Parts: sequence; structure tokens; C-alpha cells
Amino acid sequence: MSLLEVRGLNVSYGGIKAVRGIDLEIAAGELVCLIGANGAGKTTTLKALARLLPAHGKIFYQGKSIAQTPVFDLVRKGIALVPEGRGIFGRLSVEENLLMGAYSRKDTPAIRHDLEKNYQLFPRLFERKTQQAGTLSGGEQQMLAIGRALMSRPRLLLLDEPSMGLAPLMVNKIFETIRTISAEGVTILLVEQNAKLALEASHRAYVMEGGTVCLSGESAKLLHDPQVRHAYLGE
Amino acid sequence: MDIFLQQLINGLVLGSVYALIALGYTMVYGILELINFAHGEVVMIGAMVTLAVVNMLMASGVDIPGIMIVATGLLVAIAVCMALGFAIERIAYRPLRKAPRLAPLITAIGVSIVLQNVAMIIWGRQYISFPPILPMTRHDIGGAGITDLQIFIFVLALVLMAGLVLLVKKTRIGRAMRATAQAPEIAGLMGVNVNAVISFTFILGSALAAVAGLMVSAYYGIAHYYMGFLLGLKAFTAAVLGGIGNIAGAMLGGLLLGVIESMAAGYIGDITGGFLGSHYQDVFAFFVLIGVLVFRPSGLLGERVAERA
Ligand SMILES: Nc1ncnc2c1ncn2[C@@H]1O[C@H](COP(=O)(O)OP(=O)(O)OP(=O)(O)O)[C@@H](O)[C@H]1O
Ligand SMILES: [Mg+2]
Repeated sequence: MSLLEVRGLNVSYGGIKAVRGIDLEIAAGELVCLIGANGAGKTTTLKALARLLPAHGKIFYQGKSIAQTPVFDLVRKGIALVPEGRGIFGRLSVEENLLMGAYSRKDTPAIRHDLEKNYQLFPRLFERKTQQAGTLSGGEQQMLAIGRALMSRPRLLLLDEPSMGLAPLMVNKIFETIRTISAEGVTILLVEQNAKLALEASHRAYVMEGGTVCLSGESAKLLHDPQVRHAYLGE
Repeated sequence: MDIFLQQLINGLVLGSVYALIALGYTMVYGILELINFAHGEVVMIGAMVTLAVVNMLMASGVDIPGIMIVATGLLVAIAVCMALGFAIERIAYRPLRKAPRLAPLITAIGVSIVLQNVAMIIWGRQYISFPPILPMTRHDIGGAGITDLQIFIFVLALVLMAGLVLLVKKTRIGRAMRATAQAPEIAGLMGVNVNAVISFTFILGSALAAVAGLMVSAYYGIAHYYMGFLLGLKAFTAAVLGGIGNIAGAMLGGLLLGVIESMAAGYIGDITGGFLGSHYQDVFAFFVLIGVLVFRPSGLLGERVAERA
């Protein structure tokens, strides 16, 4: 059974249809990427899945509809979103941001343990744990956003352009982290501009265009698809 | 008698009450960017309910110490005000969460008027006096006097403010309040029930307002259905003076405004050669408000990107 199943998802802003009837299916443990040009509707799709936008269509998570679940209940069900532009709490300290990620949990010793684990994954965050998060560099903020999402112990992690605006070295580091998280069994839906890296890292991929899914399949195959190579890999 | 010291003491005591009320304005503003102009009326209801319970207990002739009678009245008033704060947000503000900003502002004024009239219907138009059941011993310090009541008001206000700071800075709910103030949508993603946090903020501010209501009515010895208006405006001024949205600012602004008012009242007679008297005290709060709005609208501790907690 798939962990997430989306049927006929439609989202509009006022009169503008940004997502037009897309279907998605993600099995437990998969790393799936969603690529496409600017304005294709990727962020809109993720926001609709996280219930931040009103949407039409069916969304099943673990076989149950979450179309009516309030936003704050999703994280308790195991869904975490790292939003586009990171969305960290700039005036909270780094550690407070991480603790906010664990807001839905009550198991204090395990939260402590996960905090330490995060600091091992991102030593930079440990060095700056008392610093105001707004003063971190862009890359550090991205680490914080991912670390914070992990603090909820998600089953399904939705990542919106985690590599945006980062230097190549940092991009590699972020992708390495995504692979690590995936290897630990977390199911991931990754939205990316960097199609090459995303296809290389993921098992399967969906390609969006103008609010619809125009192509989908195994990432390894798409990576060699001439159409994809031309449109998204710039060849 | 040392006028300066005396006015300083009076100002700090009064200012600590302003600070408690200002916290209610500033916490709500921090989360919703809304000026809850009905907050002064919550203070008034707190005073009225305390007095109603006190007078009822006195009339019933129960034999308990005055302090216990007042404490009972205060507890009832806190409960009533918490319920009132919750209801105001639910009924008047929540439906307007996405409306243009003028709408909730006008609604706030409407809620004020409703509460004043309800209080007038229940308790009448006359001044209600606070029975002399609290210890009023006067202590002499350096040529000035301070009463038991003043000490009690000041210490209780400081304890409550310290408690509030701890709550906001150190607890899970406090962290959720600050996160919600900064980015409600993201806080929701973290599992914070934003509506519950907003309700909690109103309830917390209203509890402080109830305590302030008792303090003011005990201090001046009277309560009145219209008392919330001026108190609310002064506390709002204190919040703006400190930097609205900023908790430390509300405390600083409250104390400062109390001292400014009291000093001005103490010296105005001398300065104007007796032309103006200390009953002009109330006017200074508005000089301060206008001054701050003209010269430093962000307040003393507020910055453009205000640290709200
Ligand atoms: N709040 C909004 N109001 C109106 N239109 C919007 C809004 N947000 C997005 N859109 C429109 O919806 C479409 C899809 O936007 P979306 O943000 O989902 O694209 P995207 O695939 O994430 O693009 P990018 O790669 O640039 O982040 C765009 O045409 C955009 O202009
Ligand atoms: Mg996007």
C-alpha cells in the first residue's frame, strides 16, 4: 500500500488554476522527486498536501483521507514540510527552532536524543545553538529547517527546494543529508530546481508543467530520456 | 516631606499597575497585530467583580480576615475576566481575522461600549467604594511614606511580571506564543494549534487585567463603570512608549509612565505658580503618547523588526 496517494488534486488562487488534477503515489520508504520549470505548480502541490491551501481532490495518507485534517494535526500523523524559503523562526534561537520541530511530541528524553542526533548531523547548528536563527547564513538556515522537520520524527518529509540559493558545496552537503535521511527509512517527496541532482538522488520522479504532471517514472530512466535532458537538464 | 521620593514611590506603584495592563495590549498585538481597545474594560470588570464579591461577603457577615475576603473576590474576578477575554476573541475578533485592519479596530471600540453599558446596568452609575479592610499602615522611608497596600501592589505586580517573562521565555507554550507571533503558518506546521495559542494569549492578558482591576480599585478606594476607558488609554500609551509588541517594553513603559505622571502631578503646581493643579495628572499620559508617536513611533525598545518577546 502506498504511504501517500493523491487523486485529481486541483488548487486555484482566486480564478487562476495552479494545479490541474494531478495524481501522485508514493510508497513507504521511497524518495520521490517532483521537478518542473518555474511556476509549474510544485510549491502549490506541496502546500496543498500540507493543508496550507484549500484544494479539491483526494489525499490519502496511510490509506486514510487527510483532506479535512487541520494543519497542526498533520505533524502528529507524521507529515513534515520544509517550506520554500525555509520558514525558520528568525527571532528564536537555533535550539528553540529545533524544539519547535518537536512541539507535537511529549517524550522529553527522546527529544533530547534527537536534538543531539541533529547536532551530529549538522555540527554547525551545535556551534550556534544559542544564536538567533535569523542571523544564520542561508545554508545554515536550510540545515536548521531540515533539522527542525526531523525533530518531529516524520514518516513523510516534504522538501521544497532545499538547495535553493546555496553554494555547490552546500548543495552537495544537503543532498548527502537527504540520502542519509532516506536511508533511515523516512519517505521523502523532494521538489527541486536542480533536476540532475534530484533525479540522481531519487528512486522515482514526476515532472510537472503548467499545473499538470506531464511525465513520470523511474528517475534513472528519466535521467536518460532525451525530452527530459533537453527541457530540464539543459542539453 | 521629600516630594521627589514620595512621587517616585507613588509613580512606581501606579506604573506597575499600568505595566500589568499594558502587557495585555502588547501580547495581543504581538500575535495578531490588533489593538484590543476593549482591554481597559476587562480591567474595569475585574475591579467591579472583585468589589461585588467583597461587598457580598461583607454583607453576609462571614467572619474571615479582610485579606481573605479580597483574595476570594480576586479569584472570582480572575475567573470571570479569563472567560470574558476568551469570549471577546472568539465572538468579536476571530470572525474578522482576515478582514481589513480597520474592522477589528472598530469592533474593539464596540466591545468596549457594550462592556461599559453592561457594567452600568449591573452595578449602576454611582462610584462603588472599596471597604477599608486592607492593612493600610504607613511606613516612613527617607522622608516619604509607603503604605502596606502600595508595597503589596508593587511586589505582586513584579512577581506576576517575572512569572510572565519566565512563561514566555522558558516554557513550551511560551515558545509556541513567540513562534506564532513570528510566523503563524509555520507554527501551525510544527503542530501548534494557532487558535488555541491566540485564545491562551487573551486569557492570560485578561487574568493580569483582573489583578490590575483589584489593584486600581483598592488603591483609589473606588470603582466605576467608566474607569476602564482612561486606564486602558494610559496602559495603551505605556505599551506604545515601550514599543508595542514588546513584553519588556510594556513593563518599562508602564513604570516610566507612572513615574512621569506622578512627578508631573507633584511639581505642576510649583512650575505654573499654582495655575494648574495635580488634578491635571491625567493629561501627561497623552503628552507622552503624542510625543512617542511623533518622535519614536516604534517605542523605546521596539525596533523596525521588533523583538516581540
Ligand atoms: N499566492 C498566489 N496567488 C496567486 N497566484 C499564485 C500564488 N502562488 C502561486 N501562484 C501561481 O501559481 C503558479 C504555480 O506556482 P508555484 O509556486 O506552485 O510554482 P513552482 O512550481 O513552485 O515554481 P518555482 O520553481 O518557481 O518555485 C504560478 O503561476 C504562480 O504565479
Ligand atoms: Mg516553488
